[in-house]
Amino acid sequence: MTVTATVEEAGRAHKERARLRWKTWICVVVVVLSNVFGNFLLKWGMPRELPGALDYVAVLFRPVVALGVLLLILWLGSRMALLSWADLSYVLPVTAIGYVLVAIAGRVLLHEQITAQRWAGIALIMLGVALVSVGTAPQTARPKTGQAGIG
Amino acid sequence: MKWVLLGIMVAATTVGEVLQARGMRRHGEIRDFRPGAIGRAVLRLARNGWVVASVAAMAVSFFAYLGLLTVSELSFAVPASAATYAFETVLAKYVLDERVNGLRWAGATLVVCGVALVSL
Repeated sequence: MTVTATVEEAGRAHKERARLRWKTWICVVVVVLSNVFGNFLLKWGMPRELPGALDYVAVLFRPVVALGVLLLILWLGSRMALLSWADLSYVLPVTAIGYVLVAIAGRVLLHEQITAQRWAGIALIMLGVALVSVGTAPQTARPKTGQAGIG
Repeated sequence: MKWVLLGIMVAATTVGEVLQARGMRRHGEIRDFRPGAIGRAVLRLARNGWVVASVAAMAVSFFAYLGLLTVSELSFAVPASAATYAFETVLAKYVLDERVNGLRWAGATLVVCGVALVSL
């Protein structure tokens, strides 16, 4: 009886880990893409200078900037959802793949030159992302939720 | 001006993201992604002090970033902001009590070095 129960429990724990890993990956893709395209549109729509405080608000109503802001809101929301189960020290390196995508988008869409030094930097980032995302689980400590916590 | 804006942005981002991670973990795992459930989660998060403080810090960071984009290139602004990775990984260990193992330290270090190479 106890052996069956233990095996069942191990199976459940395994399924739970697999579920969390899949969910984490899907969420990471949304976080990364919304950040890359949000930042790209923001820079694209930004004027050369913002002389007054009011210009900071006015610029938000330019269509390209507004779309960029919408994508960055999606980024904030999906990142908050991700952080509701995944560790910050996991999320930080894994979402850094966005830096690589920005460089590649620059090369493909804007025909920018990528120097050997930049390719080396891109390789280091990808290695860091691979180490953390493949080598460690998204969650280390048990979540402290709701009433159990102080705040 | 460039370095002042960058300093404000890095400090505000670091504080904001650590508060956000603390607040969201307190809230618990979001499992239901239907619009109604998301709406209810947002209402609950609006009363979560950690999350409210984090949004305020991120707003400061966002406007500092807008200012930075006007005086510098995107290829300086985005990589330079990666300085937050080093600060936040340290805070994740000592403030958020995450188990930051050797792989995570190595990964964060590689990312910071890589971002420096890309931006210089």
